[in-house]
Amino acid sequence: MGNVDRALARDVGAVALASAVVGVSFGALAVAAGLSLWLALFMSMVVFAGGAQFMVVGMVAAGGSPVAAVLAGLLLNARHLPFGLAVADLLGTRWPTRLLGAHLMVDESVAFAMAQRDPERRRAAYWLCGGLLFVGWNVGVLVGGLAGRAVSSPEVLGLDAAFPASMLALLLPSLRPAGAGEERAESPREPMKARRVALVGAVLALVATPWLPTGLPVLLAVLAVGVALR
Amino acid sequence: MTLWPILILAAGTYGFRVAGPLLSDRLRLSARVQGLLSLAIIAMLSALVATSTLTSQGGFAGGARPAGVLVGALLAWWRLPFVAVVVAAAATTAGLRLLGFG
Repeated sequence: MGNVDRALARDVGAVALASAVVGVSFGALAVAAGLSLWLALFMSMVVFAGGAQFMVVGMVAAGGSPVAAVLAGLLLNARHLPFGLAVADLLGTRWPTRLLGAHLMVDESVAFAMAQRDPERRRAAYWLCGGLLFVGWNVGVLVGGLAGRAVSSPEVLGLDAAFPASMLALLLPSLRPAGAGEERAESPREPMKARRVALVGAVLALVATPWLPTGLPVLLAVLAVGVALR
Repeated sequence: MTLWPILILAAGTYGFRVAGPLLSDRLRLSARVQGLLSLAIIAMLSALVATSTLTSQGGFAGGARPAGVLVGALLAWWRLPFVAVVVAAAATTAGLRLLGFG
């Protein structure tokens, strides 16, 4: 990957490290909830979606039915469908690569890719982020599962703030008005429009959160595109 | 928990992930639709930022997390390095919790 420069690798590394630490807490929680270490690791490799994993294991541990938990997890992951439409061209044309690339589709890899302007850099960011996160997440889960209850929650380290902050930092370049003397040559995006859509999307999701099941408010935010059509 | 719920969750999640690339083979998206799709992703990622900053299990997340994200946002706005943004956000939230705030 000739398109990975130091800065990109460092940024992706920071997110992968945070995800590994959250993985440690998932591993510990899953084992505490009665999953075997290997089942927890298997789940993390084949599902590879932290939010849904925490939710499903938490619901089942609290006595909920596995069917309801899986449905809730699937609803939370439904956002990957529109994500896939947007990043399809980054996955290449060969089938093995596309099938593997689809599995690496997580919020972070999508956000990192969208934050790059150059198409080659987009591709590099997507694969580097997806790949490093996959390794970091699963190593974390293994460590957490082995350590068991000894590991404290990610809240103590403030990692629940690291995720939204990193996503926001990735979003900012497409929302920021072009400064004086700054070239925006090949970017067709209009920051004004993007800002309105982002704001309306965020408000829609926040208002919907108390009323709708987890996962749906984020999908609902797609409706915000309507303000760009007016 | 047994293997079955995990397999179904994995299969369904992968189905969502692979559906986009599969669909994009069938439908050639015009430049306009591509642009709207980019906006849709921006809307969803913003929604993700807003909900994961302010809410926790359908309710308010408390003060420490939004404060940390705010500090991170300011640093990002001032174009500080990404790593600094992430570390400052986490450190602020962790520090506030240590002091007993939300």
